[in-house]
Amino acid sequence: MRALVVIGAGASGMAAAISAHDSGVKDILIIERGPEMGGILTQCIHSGFGLHTFHEELTGPEYADRFQKEVLKRGIDVLLNTTVLEIDSHFIRYINSTGIYEEECQAIVLAMGSRERARGALNIPGERPAGIFSAGTAQHLMNLDGCRIGKKVVILGSGDIGLIMARRLTLEGSHVLAVVEIMPYSGGLKRNIVQCLEDFSIPLYLSHTITEIKGKKRVEGVAVSPVDENLQPLPDRSFDIPCDTLLLSVGLLPENELTKKAGAELSSTGGPVVDDSYETSLPGVFAAGNVLHIHDLVDYVSQEAEEAGRNAARYILSGECDEACIPVVPGHGVRYAVPQFISRTGKDALIKFRIAKPMRNAVISLISDGRIIKRMRKKVVSPGEMERVSVQKSLIDSELKLEVAENDET
Amino acid sequence: MMKRELVCIGCPLGCALQVEADGGKILSVSGNSCPKGDEYARQEVLAPKRTLTASVRTECGSKRCISVKTVPEIPKDKIFPVMEIIHTLSVRPPISIGDVIVHNITGTGSDLVATSAFPS
Repeated sequence: MRALVVIGAGASGMAAAISAHDSGVKDILIIERGPEMGGILTQCIHSGFGLHTFHEELTGPEYADRFQKEVLKRGIDVLLNTTVLEIDSHFIRYINSTGIYEEECQAIVLAMGSRERARGALNIPGERPAGIFSAGTAQHLMNLDGCRIGKKVVILGSGDIGLIMARRLTLEGSHVLAVVEIMPYSGGLKRNIVQCLEDFSIPLYLSHTITEIKGKKRVEGVAVSPVDENLQPLPDRSFDIPCDTLLLSVGLLPENELTKKAGAELSSTGGPVVDDSYETSLPGVFAAGNVLHIHDLVDYVSQEAEEAGRNAARYILSGECDEACIPVVPGHGVRYAVPQFISRTGKDALIKFRIAKPMRNAVISLISDGRIIKRMRKKVVSPGEMERVSVQKSLIDSELKLEVAENDET
Repeated sequence: MMKRELVCIGCPLGCALQVEADGGKILSVSGNSCPKGDEYARQEVLAPKRTLTASVRTECGSKRCISVKTVPEIPKDKIFPVMEIIHTLSVRPPISIGDVIVHNITGTGSDLVATSAFPS
């Protein structure tokens, strides 16, 4: 019997394993599907990682390397090129080139990360020509395999991966003709708009979408159309952009096939419902990182996973399990909040949430049973940037609600 | 006098900066939440710089590419000249993170440094 199995050796899995080890659990196995540790960080060769954790700006592979060294230093077992087939509260089945294995374990940390939304989720009419890539696949092909993927490129979606790929393609000699975003604002970080688009004069079409992909064997162009306030295309104002490649950067989805199969309760984020110890509805099964909800900063993934690893260790060593009885409810202006429940144990709870639309002079209110217990002001908030707020548990009665409103007075 | 609005790229916060400059002289910087913002605003107006990251082909083995970055940042107008050099490069193992691949690349005073390892 294993003490702890961690599924995934990306940012989240490595941090969870390290902190569980440091909390006294030594018998840990990390199972990783890919050929090396690091997860998606290995293909994120741009810089901007680690400012919170290491107080310096690192690239993805460098950030991953720091954690990998800590994992190896502790002698934690890692199985690479291995896929987990099935989990249960205290059981795991996995496969690799040497066979199928089953193991009992006291606790599991889910750290499978996320996957990209694909073309099928968008319903764009057209044939199935070559030249359509998800942004992450394009990133893998260019950064790890050294491939050129196209000469004239249009990118749909202005999330961070789309913006970073716009720059990367430009540096490699491709001509990025447009980044097309259906929303009236970009889903990416402001710094990426500046250093990925503005630096290279790449046009960003806000409130526009792609209504048709042209070409039969290879992409020959896309039809771009402005959208109205209900995000419906206005076909009479549509125009064509000839191109040979289309990149889709249209969002990430927490990767939870294992979680679903195991019967864990899922939330609106696409990840499992958790309490403030990051335990799912399955006893002894914890979750952290993008498998839980999509983060924009890896530093926060590492922090969340450290917390999950620490709590998994506490569960293994003491068998303790807090009864999480206080629901956290996303109220007006809030898209989701994590965790969905908090316990009475401990002093403070850290709530992470995303707001529904961009606001200026936003007032964030934490309400317990109709009473405001905390209020925060922020000059600018945007759905592209995760918000975090810490709350003192002793102030909460039976429910915690989050609301965000625009304040015109200030 | 010239006024410029910038978005700080020093970290993911993305502070909205206001810079007042007169010719080659910065008069004031506001809107920053840390000293890095002040530094960025001055540099961005007078002589903008960027960290360039890219992949370099390997000659052999299990890995097709290693990743690299410029240390320190290079002037913004040197991005494409440096990319031209990067496209001609080919490296062989062993390479450790931090190894200098090219010293003083195109005379920028910056080194091209490996950010991923390629053990032999």
